[in-house]
Amino acid sequence: MTVWLILLLGGLITFGLRFSFVYLLGRLEIPSAMRRALHYVPPAVLSAIIVPELFLHNNVLDASLDNTRLLAGIAAILVAAWTKNSLLTILTGMAALFLLQFIGAR
Amino acid sequence: MKPASHFWAGVRAELPLLVGVFPFGLIYGALAVNAGIAPAAAQAMSSIVFAGSSQFAFAQLARENAPALVIVLTIAVVNLRHMLYSASLAPYLHELSMRWKILLSYLMTDEAYAVAILHYEKVGGTGHAHYYFFGAGLALWSTWQIASGLGIWLGAALPADWPLDFALPLTFIAMIVPALKSRPAWMAALCAGFVALSAQALPYQLGLILAALIGIAVGTMLEARSAQTSDLREKREEK
Repeated sequence: MTVWLILLLGGLITFGLRFSFVYLLGRLEIPSAMRRALHYVPPAVLSAIIVPELFLHNNVLDASLDNTRLLAGIAAILVAAWTKNSLLTILTGMAALFLLQFIGAR
Repeated sequence: MKPASHFWAGVRAELPLLVGVFPFGLIYGALAVNAGIAPAAAQAMSSIVFAGSSQFAFAQLARENAPALVIVLTIAVVNLRHMLYSASLAPYLHELSMRWKILLSYLMTDEAYAVAILHYEKVGGTGHAHYYFFGAGLALWSTWQIASGLGIWLGAALPADWPLDFALPLTFIAMIVPALKSRPAWMAALCAGFVALSAQALPYQLGLILAALIGIAVGTMLEARSAQTSDLREKREEK
């Protein structure tokens, strides 16, 4: 049941954020400091999710060359920076992980 | 122009973006069921929350059995950027009825915003321009529902030992790396990543929230500082 509660609250909050200034215009201006800060939300949040996914293996830091997810992630970051093509980035990362796991298993 | 032709013009403008959105929807659906979320809930997420990156974060945290409060907080933080869209579109929606304001706010995603704001900046907020936004938003909405539904259906059929969950950080990499265009943005990302790694032992995944807040603070401060130094440089050059 918790999942439905998360859904409902998450939906209400998301709608509230989208509706906020459409509703408030004329009643309230968006402070410029806040406008600047909002720009850094996506890089900060997404990076905070990505980095532990790449570096942690069973909750332990693994920065070695045996960490296939780290290597595949670096490959994906390079492709993303170079091509800016999201589909190609995902495909490269997945292919790299499959390949590295295949080599490691042999 | 009639409302219908505005509507279809919006749909057409949205089409190229849909090519990129469809695979994301597929991956989301597959990941969500893979993370143990009930298919009905995974689909409802797509129609109730209707915001890609927060849905990926939801799947990720559900897989890790994070507490509900942390998941809701994360959804809120990931979706904060919609306030920017809201502020930027607000002047064009000002004259519309409350019903239209609610409908268009619900359809306000990254991709619909991108198309709608370009159109509004060209033609302004008069006449039937809101039908254009509605067309773009509805095209994206339908695509997202179908793609995530298909992903949910396919996800159940995929072998469980495939490292499918890795598509998640990859999706985030694909979204964020091309957007890191300035030094403050890079530093915000690096600091947030470092804090997330160091603070991962914190209970309830609070490390994620802490990392996000520190990253945002670092980016904002660096931007303020570089604005100051360029001001100083201009003043020196004036002398």
